Amino acid sequence: MADVNITVDGKKVTAPAGTLLIEACKSVGIEVPSFCYYPNLSLQGACRMCLVKVEKMPKLQTACTTVISEGMAVTTESDEIRQARKSMVELLLGNHPLDCPVCDAGGECELQDMTFSYGAAESKYIDAKNHKEEQQWSPVVFFDRPRCILCYRCVRVCGEGMDVWALGVQNRGVSSIIAPNQGDHLECEECGMCIDICPVGALTSGAYRYKTRPWEMKHVGTTCTHCADGCKTTLGVRRSDTGMEIVRGDNRDKSGINGDFLCIKGRYAFDFAHHEERLTQPLIRKNGRLTPSTWEEAFKLIGKRFVEVRDKDGGQAIGVFGSNRTTNEENYLLQKFARVVLQTNNIDHHRTADFPALAAALAGKPEATASMRDVFNAPATLLIGNDPTEQHPLLAWQIRNNVRLHRARLYVINSLPIKLRRQAASFVQIPERSEGKVAEFLAGEDAAVEAIAGAGTGRDAWIALRDKLRAEPNLIIIFGSELRGKDIASVVKFASGIPGAKIVCLSDYANSRGAADMGLYPDLLPGYQRVSDAGKFQEEWGTMPQTPGLALPEMVESAKAGQLKVFYVVGANPIEQFGIDPFVFSSSFVVVQDMFLTETALIADVVLPAANAYEKSGTFTNTCGDLQLVKQAGDVTGTKSDFEMIVRIAGVMGFDIRRLVPFGRGTGMDMGQSRGVQSGEADRHGVWLEASGLELKMNPFDSMAILDEIQRLVPGYDVSRMSILTGNDQHTTLSGSGPGALHDPELIVPSQDSLFSSGTLGRYSRTLNSVIENRQKHPAEAEVAAD
Amino acid sequence: MADLVSHPDEVKVVSKRFGKGATDLDRYLELDGYKAVQKALGMQPEAIVNLVKDSGLRGRGGAGFNTGMKWSFVPKQSAKPKYILCNGDESEPGTCKDRLIFEHDPHAVIEGVVIAGIATGSHTGYIYIRGEYRYLLEIMQKAIKDAYARGFLGKNIFGSGYDFEVYWHGGAGAYEVGEESALMESLEGKRGIPRIRPPFPAVVGLWGGPTVINNAETLASVPHILLGGAEWFSKLGPPKNGGTRLFCLSGHLNRPGVYELPMGYNLKKMIYEVGGGIPNGRALKAVVPGGSSCPILTAAEIDVSMDFDSMMKAGTMLGSGGVVVADDTTCMVKFALRIMKFYQHESCGWCIPCREGTDWLKKTLTRFHSGGGVKKDIDNIQYLAENMLGRTFCPLGDAAAMPTISIVKKFRKEFEDHLEGRPCPFEKAGTIEPVEMMA
Repeated sequence: MADVNITVDGKKVTAPAGTLLIEACKSVGIEVPSFCYYPNLSLQGACRMCLVKVEKMPKLQTACTTVISEGMAVTTESDEIRQARKSMVELLLGNHPLDCPVCDAGGECELQDMTFSYGAAESKYIDAKNHKEEQQWSPVVFFDRPRCILCYRCVRVCGEGMDVWALGVQNRGVSSIIAPNQGDHLECEECGMCIDICPVGALTSGAYRYKTRPWEMKHVGTTCTHCADGCKTTLGVRRSDTGMEIVRGDNRDKSGINGDFLCIKGRYAFDFAHHEERLTQPLIRKNGRLTPSTWEEAFKLIGKRFVEVRDKDGGQAIGVFGSNRTTNEENYLLQKFARVVLQTNNIDHHRTADFPALAAALAGKPEATASMRDVFNAPATLLIGNDPTEQHPLLAWQIRNNVRLHRARLYVINSLPIKLRRQAASFVQIPERSEGKVAEFLAGEDAAVEAIAGAGTGRDAWIALRDKLRAEPNLIIIFGSELRGKDIASVVKFASGIPGAKIVCLSDYANSRGAADMGLYPDLLPGYQRVSDAGKFQEEWGTMPQTPGLALPEMVESAKAGQLKVFYVVGANPIEQFGIDPFVFSSSFVVVQDMFLTETALIADVVLPAANAYEKSGTFTNTCGDLQLVKQAGDVTGTKSDFEMIVRIAGVMGFDIRRLVPFGRGTGMDMGQSRGVQSGEADRHGVWLEASGLELKMNPFDSMAILDEIQRLVPGYDVSRMSILTGNDQHTTLSGSGPGALHDPELIVPSQDSLFSSGTLGRYSRTLNSVIENRQKHPAEAEVAAD
Repeated sequence: MADLVSHPDEVKVVSKRFGKGATDLDRYLELDGYKAVQKALGMQPEAIVNLVKDSGLRGRGGAGFNTGMKWSFVPKQSAKPKYILCNGDESEPGTCKDRLIFEHDPHAVIEGVVIAGIATGSHTGYIYIRGEYRYLLEIMQKAIKDAYARGFLGKNIFGSGYDFEVYWHGGAGAYEVGEESALMESLEGKRGIPRIRPPFPAVVGLWGGPTVINNAETLASVPHILLGGAEWFSKLGPPKNGGTRLFCLSGHLNRPGVYELPMGYNLKKMIYEVGGGIPNGRALKAVVPGGSSCPILTAAEIDVSMDFDSMMKAGTMLGSGGVVVADDTTCMVKFALRIMKFYQHESCGWCIPCREGTDWLKKTLTRFHSGGGVKKDIDNIQYLAENMLGRTFCPLGDAAAMPTISIVKKFRKEFEDHLEGRPCPFEKAGTIEPVEMMA
């Protein structure tokens, strides 16, 4: 659009036509205060804080509803304006309880800040304040009614942003009050966006309220450990008797790929970390019972048995099972440890998407995957399978708000009437398990239409839809685990006919993509390189097996036959997840690294208490391929990171640690430890080190030491490290990631998690288990009419 | 049903059928009914708009915007249907004119709506009647039904080939919905809160379509303009203030009631001659000239002409034509409190200054009137009202602030007489309402 020139406080401002005055001011660093205005939500003009003087207008105007026009001259600061704003604050404080000393928002409250700015320090009123009782709307949402200033942000983010429409306004005048959809409680997606967006302490979190003061916490920006979308979340941590306790999760840092968004898991479900059943001591099976022991004893025992089996029975007698929730560095290290130290390719993980098939299909097609940010900006999106509202809440947010704010077109093809159909320009319901036929049809196999043509959508309608999609340049195609193997190749073929088309393949866990990219496969190395063609990996690592190892079902068979002597499980629970008979491993030496005594840990000979992703640093790759930093926030005494444990085991096995982790080559640098690690401190050092061409390689337990090797050897990961270290996201590419391989698609088992479950973590999260929606089958499907 | 009053100075235009049984369609036709709309069907739309423009007809709801001008803002071409909205949500304290029109001459409103439709190319009209006027709904329902039965409404009205549908709608009891954009929200089935403007209703109004929204008295005047001509109508009042006006005289008067007088009629004459003066020989203290939203006038300020422009010069407004007279037994603090109780109750709550300001003013005035006032309250009342003025989302905040400011400024002494625990000098001991400490 054409640019418009205006003057604000004497400064010349140029902004596109249609820009709101408040945004035009912001673009030149002039902040106009507001409560009700919130970017990307509908305009209210209700709080009257943003009043400014527009030349030739008799009254003060609200900057949030005024669209700039050529030659407009605006004053944002004058005695009249200050007085107008001051009187608004006075009026708001009139009925406000002023219980700031105990209010959760005290110290991070916009009403406090406005009062500070405009000096409405003296009360004009001596009459009694209106009071209303506080309400609990759900286990996680409380509403302290007198604190509410009626900015309607919560109502809008719930309706417009989330498409849930669970909040509204009741009564009128001074009795106006925000009310939940069920009268006295909420039934919704429990995302807590209303709490985050509340400028005051009216909406508070059941998980956090009255626990601490904001300034007593340190705030660590990290990546969520639940689903595969990779939201940036800010964890508030506080020293406790067992280390560092995570007391709050929220979204203070809006710079992440998730912008304003966070779901129930990212916001509240950090509580698994402090569950009382958390393991804090190594356990060794003695006389048939798991008995607490020391780390030294545990490592020695593991090292001894690993060496014995490797040297006697060879690597093929050892099986390794990795995790979807450990960092890229840990996954990379684990497979390197397996192949180089244990001399085995018997390594696998819980696969939830067919990334190898995608990598193979995309070979030679650079820039063919979409980032999470791309999804918010695509002119059109095609979604085949999956239910993002349940399984990929951020992705659903991106798609939904792209439709709302950018008028993007959404095409949904699903066997169920998923909630996102409400934003869809076109929704086609297909028979169950026929997503593959859709892929074939899109790729040009007209015969496939017979399997998907139905009452609503006949052959001609399908052809019309395909033509329409083909005419959508820059289309983003998103598909769930329903599509695997050759079906993915079909989608890629279809996409290659559309200029600028990009693809997102959906997996289920926080680092499922990372586990795949880092080569937790029996036949693939990092970057989907075949083990038979190890190339530069072999050059760097030395001797390693060349033939594909065993996938999990084959390991189970091998154990049954008494051939698998060692089963080493890192951060996974295959016994429960795959329904494996636990007695299969009765003659194997089983080592499990986990937070809890899971079904798999129960059969172990040695259990090592592990730190989770909120308690260590490294990187995660989300389902789109966006690489992000994971930063240590919490700390539970008695646990170790999986990275450290793997290195220690290699150490007791007599392996040269420097061959495993290339540490110590960089400059020794004070990372802030000597001054007490402040959040962000390490980052600033990281930035300086990077800018100075130095490396962060402090010790063999520093996961950053291996990031260098990953960036060097894994195709697509050669992204700006400085950007990662400063908390930004970088999109890795799958293109040119080697030939990949066509796996047995049956090895892919979706997690079946909903918005309110999260595998093992979810089982130990009181919050996730406390909300009533968790007991309903499809909570997100509850139909609420949009306005 | 209110008793009708009359006075020799009256010029009966809008009220000419009052008391003549015009709710009956045949009787209405005898009294020149539905002639104007048939004339309009034979005219070019622009000609109708220009005729109304030239007549000097200004909005009778209170703002006084030129009606023909308002119609001319409606785009000729529109992808969405255009609508005519009759605002019959008459709620301004002191105002009771639309109710007489609905009661005695409902077909005139329907006719005005149809003519507005023809002038702007609309085919749908809504007549929105205040929730508290339940008994008028039945009259209007019957009138619409009768008009449909004769083919005056619906498809092919009067055999002209022009279609026009009219619907009635009853409010749920909210003063705020008298504000045009809130009325549209209410009609769409939503909370009655005002909309952000621009866009203005003439461009984006009801259901997103271009909408003309006029007061019932305004629309009821239109048929008379079509039949009598622009020049005749405009000459009834002073320049730019065409026509007559239904003035609602109430309060301390010997002959209260609704009188149709030419625009520009002298207020003093209106009180002492038309209204019959103050009962029992008491003296005049104050006058609300155009509904409770207007700044009040003292006894010394009433020698003014009752038209939009003269009233503006006098520092007040012609408003909705509700003239409320207060004699010297009236406590002006209580007067201000009564007005504020109304606005506090009717504030929709959307924006801070109106929602919180009216409530604090009501609380302060309540305490003040019952003897609990302190000196700084007087300044505070003025401060609060002045800080609401011009800063609220819609004019309701101004409507609450303007009379309050004028009362404090003009009757400050009466406020001072209430101070230091003294009981209200105008009330007998023990008759004052107790202080409401909680809203």
